[in-house]
Amino acid sequence: MTIEDKQAQITEEFSFLEDWMDKYELLIELGKKLPPLEESSRTEKNLIRGCQSRVWLAVSREDGKLHFRADSDALITKGIISLLVHVFSGHTPGEILGADLSFIQKIGLKEHLSPTRANGLLSMIEQIRLYALAANTENTKEHGK
Amino acid sequence: MNCSSIREQFPALSQKIYGKPLVYLDNGATTQKPRKVLDVLQEMQGGLNGNIHRAVHYLSVQCTERYDKARSTIRDFINAASADEVIFTSGTTASLNLLAYSFGQTYIRPGDRIVVTGAEHHSNIVPWQMMCKRTGARLEVWNIDDSGAMDPKKLEQILDIPGDKPKLLAITHISNVLGLVNPLSHIIRIAHYYNVPVAVDGAQGIVHKKVDVQEMDADFYVFSGHKLYGPTGTGVLYGKEKYLEEMVPWQGGGDMIEKVCLPTGTTYARLPLKFEAGTANFIGVAGLGAAVEFISSLNGFDIELHENEITTKAMKALQEIEGCRIYGVPGTYYGQVYEKIPVFSMSIEGAHPADIATLLDKMGIAVRSGMLCAEPLLERYHLTAVLRASFALYNTLEELDYFVESLRKVLKMLR
Repeated sequence: MTIEDKQAQITEEFSFLEDWMDKYELLIELGKKLPPLEESSRTEKNLIRGCQSRVWLAVSREDGKLHFRADSDALITKGIISLLVHVFSGHTPGEILGADLSFIQKIGLKEHLSPTRANGLLSMIEQIRLYALAANTENTKEHGK
Repeated sequence: MNCSSIREQFPALSQKIYGKPLVYLDNGATTQKPRKVLDVLQEMQGGLNGNIHRAVHYLSVQCTERYDKARSTIRDFINAASADEVIFTSGTTASLNLLAYSFGQTYIRPGDRIVVTGAEHHSNIVPWQMMCKRTGARLEVWNIDDSGAMDPKKLEQILDIPGDKPKLLAITHISNVLGLVNPLSHIIRIAHYYNVPVAVDGAQGIVHKKVDVQEMDADFYVFSGHKLYGPTGTGVLYGKEKYLEEMVPWQGGGDMIEKVCLPTGTTYARLPLKFEAGTANFIGVAGLGAAVEFISSLNGFDIELHENEITTKAMKALQEIEGCRIYGVPGTYYGQVYEKIPVFSMSIEGAHPADIATLLDKMGIAVRSGMLCAEPLLERYHLTAVLRASFALYNTLEELDYFVESLRKVLKMLR
């Protein structure tokens, strides 16, 4: 499934939920379901500090594709993380860098990504893009050899 | 006057958020403004506008009069010995930065000690750290215990070092996290016994307690207008004249000068203008004056009585919630009574403050979550975030009930 397909799927899933309460209940459920990041990955290096909540992001590479695992101490943040990790994981750096995260706005969670929220989510997306950028540069270098 | 007739005077309180009536419980961050303040702002921004202390024309004279009148209103409100001891600033943070700079340049030498407490918010920490960097002084901490109180014996140990007495104690009147009223008269008496002046951060204190700077004997007392039902961008630095007279000015520019010469030889204005460089926020200050007049004119409405009732009921209701811990419990500690204002910072097992605040927001309730600009204080309790509900004179017991009921609903969703 492409990043676009995944976003479309999430958007559709949320489109049935009109009430804010249902939306947040789904996010909370997703947050609870997301496996917690093991202690060894909850390192200072992987920590993204926000004033409101903390986010941890770990990345690995397999066959040229990036895989993300993440966690937060806040449940709603974790629910949104679960969506982001699902959308970005298993894709090449190029695909990630080219992705347009339109689903966040479509499902009405744009406010959670505002810089003033300081919940770590915006920094997490930036971090994901930085990882992709670094991996992409490495790939280009290898090809150039 | 009762609470509902007071509420009518605050237009912001009747708005709806996501279709629900607003329950505004983030007063520790900023308060809503009464119509009386809004009217002054509108009148002046919309017409009665002329720069103060400069011109002979009607508008300038009118604005100057209002600015000066606000200063004497504030003088009366805090019972300063003279209006010259009331310096207008842009807020608590600006007042503390001014103080740290001017006090530091005037009195502090390398190796001197400055004392802050463990209950301070960032604005009463960072300016002192910067001052220490500039002057080579050292910062020491008089820390709180688990209850949020401070042991006066420990203070004495810090103060009583012959030949190395601290040059200043900076302490909050009421912590924005704990909501506990520090027994300032007692603390200031101890500090003065060792000849150490005391600067009080009154950002929260002045909103909830009657302040008499002479009775308290504070050497400096600072506060913001916007937390006191006044406009944003206004604040006060009160200082005893003997210090303010000696202290060098912080910023230079218009209004703070007596005579300007080139290349050197400029002399400064007398108090209070010496510390008010540039065009003052005279419209905001007039609004702050109106806010203070409003507070002083609540015929028969006892703010402390009303707020105490909220505090007692809220403490009981919140402590009944399973896993809820409130930081700052009123009581008698070290022989001193620590009252509590209706500011409730809490952590609740199994629910993160950011989640709770997000869900309460959707119910029309404005509360605060996070570190509350007091990272060291939260660290003291091994916390990375708390939930805070802070009430003001216009909040009702019905709002408290709705808050507690909504909080219980939210916890059911999260836990």
